Amino acid sequence: MNEVISYVRRPDLMTFTMPIVAVLGAMFGFITGNIFGSPWIGFVIGAAVGAALAFVFSKIIKMKSKQKTLATGVLFGGVGMIFGGLGGLFGGFLVGISMGWFANWVGSGKYRAGVPIYYTPGQVLWHNTFMFICAFVFFFLIAPLLPVIWLSFNAENFFTFTPEMLSFKAEGYSLKHYRDFLGTDEWMVPLKNSLIIAPIATLISVSLGTLAAIGLSQSHVPGRQAMMAVLISPMIVPLIISATGMFFFYAPLGNWLELQLGLNQAFVGYVKVILAHAVLGIPFVIITVTATLVGFDKSLTRAAANMGANPVTTFFRVQMPLILPGVISGGLFAFITSFDEVVVVLFVGSARQQTLPWQMYTGLREQISPTILAAATILVSVSILLLLTVELLRRRSERLRGMSPG
Amino acid sequence: MQLIKTLTASTALLVVASGASFAQDMANDMTLVSWGGAYQSSQTKAYAEPYMENHPEVSITWDESSNEAVAKLRAMNEANNVTWDLVDVVAADAMRLCDEGLAMEIDPNEVLAAAPDGTSAEDDFGDLLVSDCFIPQIVYSTTFGYRNDMVPDGAPAPTDICALFDTETYPGMRALEKRPINNMEWALLCDGVAKDEVYSVLETPEGQQQALDKLATIKDSVIWWSAGADTPQLLADGEVFMGSTYNGRLFSAIVEQGQPISMLWDAQVFDLDGWIIPAGLPEDRLNRVLDFVKFATDTQRLADQAKYISYGPARFSSAPLVGKHADLGIDMAPHMPTDPENAKNTFLYNYEFWADYRDDIDAKFQAWLAQ
Repeated sequence: MNEVISYVRRPDLMTFTMPIVAVLGAMFGFITGNIFGSPWIGFVIGAAVGAALAFVFSKIIKMKSKQKTLATGVLFGGVGMIFGGLGGLFGGFLVGISMGWFANWVGSGKYRAGVPIYYTPGQVLWHNTFMFICAFVFFFLIAPLLPVIWLSFNAENFFTFTPEMLSFKAEGYSLKHYRDFLGTDEWMVPLKNSLIIAPIATLISVSLGTLAAIGLSQSHVPGRQAMMAVLISPMIVPLIISATGMFFFYAPLGNWLELQLGLNQAFVGYVKVILAHAVLGIPFVIITVTATLVGFDKSLTRAAANMGANPVTTFFRVQMPLILPGVISGGLFAFITSFDEVVVVLFVGSARQQTLPWQMYTGLREQISPTILAAATILVSVSILLLLTVELLRRRSERLRGMSPG
Repeated sequence: MQLIKTLTASTALLVVASGASFAQDMANDMTLVSWGGAYQSSQTKAYAEPYMENHPEVSITWDESSNEAVAKLRAMNEANNVTWDLVDVVAADAMRLCDEGLAMEIDPNEVLAAAPDGTSAEDDFGDLLVSDCFIPQIVYSTTFGYRNDMVPDGAPAPTDICALFDTETYPGMRALEKRPINNMEWALLCDGVAKDEVYSVLETPEGQQQALDKLATIKDSVIWWSAGADTPQLLADGEVFMGSTYNGRLFSAIVEQGQPISMLWDAQVFDLDGWIIPAGLPEDRLNRVLDFVKFATDTQRLADQAKYISYGPARFSSAPLVGKHADLGIDMAPHMPTDPENAKNTFLYNYEFWADYRDDIDAKFQAWLAQ
């Protein structure tokens, strides 16, 4: 980094750094002023503080840039604490860190570090704007999750940030929604149902979808396009239409299984939901596996046949290992489709097959209770852990196979 | 096929005939449909748990689908696949289901238990047996709650329903249900129509327009809700100054959750909630349901329910037995909508009127909302 900075010219303080930092300061000031009821006063104070910060950074203090950032954070946090208690400390620290970093980034000329030296100011501006847009995209993807996680520790039974929560007092927080989730049948039975239905439905979708994709990728199959269209139609038809159709399709099937074969009502209910979810998952598997098959060298199957392997052996020993990544990602999609699905299960399932999304849906409608947020937090954590594990395993196997880790 | 059916039918007959002298053939699985939330848990505690203690072989599944019970029951009936055994619905829905033949007609004196002093069930429920299919459980009311801390300085706490329309004295948003029922009546009451003339005025197109015009005066400050949980959430957030919802929801927010909210009982609208049995249940499931219903609607059980939620029991004989809240130990009687102190000025919901005019007024109301 130092190497880069060495040829970067420091921008002019008065005409460039101070106004720009003042603009950011004014934005933060406006927001803070809003909290205290006078946004425009905050706007002016923020602009002044921003300009002062830029000045102090370039003329007075000589510290490493990280120290400058941290020092600003601590200073702003302290001021925040005087006005707004613990919440103010936290908010002030965040604002301080951002301001300190920004003032330093602009003031030291590092904002030009990422672009070639011959770029015009316009090009530099666009490059940095583009970077900020990217950062904001990530922010808007992740940000909605954060209040959910925060609110799930609420001590009250409402979706409300209480004053105690905002000032970080212990009595504003509790684990009671997690106890509600983990300790009651109301949530544990749906979780169990979801964990029964989703894996079995995935297994069926993956088996059928993979076979269909392989069959449809053979050039001699007549009417391939039409068949493909039919098979992926559950993905295109609005879910509510599929759900209504499935309800009337599976109801007589269920009656027949119960009355003629004498099967248990609960068992038949699971069969219906699992079949319905498998149908929804199949298109995802077909699409991903078909995409993988494009890169599959057909001469390998002919070579296997040449060496005396029958088609089944060829499939399991030659083709399957090569298309496995496509099969697995299709399976993941199918799993998520079933695990997230609420419309079809509302129609096809009976109360005994209540899944987690169903329970969340009714819970949200009938009793806006933060237990839903606790459930969501747990699900988010579990899926992050799962994805991490899969990624680590993938890297490990690549390492073992002597490939460089991606 | 035909042979099998005949055989099954005759076996069933035999079983029923022999069952009269022995224990009846009863299914052990039961699916009950209710509203979820605090209301369903009061039913679980007051009815289902004691019943399962006496009958450990029974397992009960709850389905929180009462909100769409009419539509779902129609679809189930069409597909010949009724999976519900007992459905909790409001009285108006019970009437519709009864008219469509989706609910079973019952003889109260035969199906329901008599009061402890021997009064027949029919007399004990009295006027609340509003339909031949309906087994009343509770009397609830739709009424208003308001934020104490949002009453402006110098203004008195609202005691009158018309505070709803008085945005000058009580600024702030209001939460109202997204349907004409109740809102139209309140609008007319506050537009100078006498209480006993509300429905005769509302029969005329001019009267309907008058109610909508009155509602239009506050349209900009109304948040429309559709689920009973919305208003308590909006009040807890301080997003609305006052809002209508079911009195039990407000009780829970005020007493159990300690929110700074007060009740406004003026012109509260009484309504009934109760069970219906879907028509055409198989013999074994029907026997189980009848056994459960007889137990769950007896005098003691209905009184017990009031320990968990502030809705009034539907039997006269239950009223004196209403005791204290199960966890908080406070007297429940003052929180009942039927308590004399709360019921000083109540409004009677007119079932026949809404059965006749609902579609028409609904359409007008929705069109007005979209304007």
